[in-house]
Amino acid sequence: MPHTKKPRVATVSLAGCFGCHMSLLDLDERFLQLSDIVEFGRSPINDLRRFNERCRVGLIEGGCCNEENVQTLVEFRESCDLLIAVGECAIMGGIPAMRNTLPLADCLEEAYLDGRSVYNPSGRIPDDPELPLLLDRVYCAHDVVKIDYHLPGCPPQADTIWQALVAVLSDNPVNLPYELVKYD
Amino acid sequence: MTDSFTIRVDGRVIEARQGQTIMEATEQAGIYIPRLCDHPDLRAHGSCRICTVLANGRSVAACTQPVERDMEVKNRHPRVEAWRRQLIAMLFVEGNHFCPCCEKSGNCELQALGYLHGMTATQHPHLFPRRAVDGSHPDILLEHNRCVLCGRCVRASRDVDGKQVFQFAGRGLNRHITVNTEAQLDHPGLDLKDKAVSVCPVGAILKKHKHYGVPVGERKFDHDPIGSDVESHDQDKVT
Repeated sequence: MPHTKKPRVATVSLAGCFGCHMSLLDLDERFLQLSDIVEFGRSPINDLRRFNERCRVGLIEGGCCNEENVQTLVEFRESCDLLIAVGECAIMGGIPAMRNTLPLADCLEEAYLDGRSVYNPSGRIPDDPELPLLLDRVYCAHDVVKIDYHLPGCPPQADTIWQALVAVLSDNPVNLPYELVKYD
Repeated sequence: MTDSFTIRVDGRVIEARQGQTIMEATEQAGIYIPRLCDHPDLRAHGSCRICTVLANGRSVAACTQPVERDMEVKNRHPRVEAWRRQLIAMLFVEGNHFCPCCEKSGNCELQALGYLHGMTATQHPHLFPRRAVDGSHPDILLEHNRCVLCGRCVRASRDVDGKQVFQFAGRGLNRHITVNTEAQLDHPGLDLKDKAVSVCPVGAILKKHKHYGVPVGERKFDHDPIGSDVESHDQDKVT
């Protein structure tokens, strides 16, 4: 039997809530079908944290709120043939981007100094060098790298992710029916 | 009748009367032209330009342009639809439209227009303007972040409710809806039953205490694209 290598799919959650990954798991039994046709590359699904091989598709959940997100996203762009922005946060910043209407300093002061429920005897805003530096605002994925497809939703339905993945893996255009494209 | 004639819309011949706008004639014939500022119960405004069509080769707003004998209208034309998609995308980036946390989601006309035009992302950078929320009225919320300046509330309050609660202020990017009072929205004249409260196409004017009243899957635009109601009642007249 000729051995054909399965295409690899990498996934990541940047400034997201993992809801889009939950939606991926919501494929239920089709997830087994998916693992028949693809191999997972770098992804929280297999806990692989580095790219050891080039991937056919990268699924991006979340936008970029810190420098680590930017580095990861750039690495995905360099290591994947196609990038798919999955969900509102990757597409337009989503809920994290609600801070974009305020200066970053105001957000940090409210979260660590002035907020009503804050207990912070040190009176310092966390500044450990290990912590990724926050960006001035939250950027959507296509602000940072080229994105090939966008799957809206919060999260996109499992069917949306399934149909789009099947289409790109079989080199077909992604034509989703009306009911699978929603912004919420 | 001398004031009755025909026009062609995307190749289809329809009846029209002198004095009608393109929007009125097509609506009557069961042809949907996408629109945002226009509303059947209000005077046409011609400001959002979503209803742009090509009429005898010129781009015009269908809601204000009168029909002419033998007019050739292009509605579902790739060029026209590309313009509309751009306008919708610009409306999205100009305000703060966080669909996942908006009560209007699923019933929002801006969102539905995005769906209709196959918009999955905007290619323009989001402006993320800093805008206020006016929650001073006990029953009504005014959310400036989501306002698209269609002016429906201005016209409804002035022409239907006879109250002039809402009006425009400022120019260009600073243009916004304001409440006709020194105070805030807690305007003595504004009532839940006012037309101005129910015509907002987006989630800018919301009735409080309603929350997410309709479950996902049963909302207005969950299954049927915007305009389906206009098109459905006249399927058999296609020529």
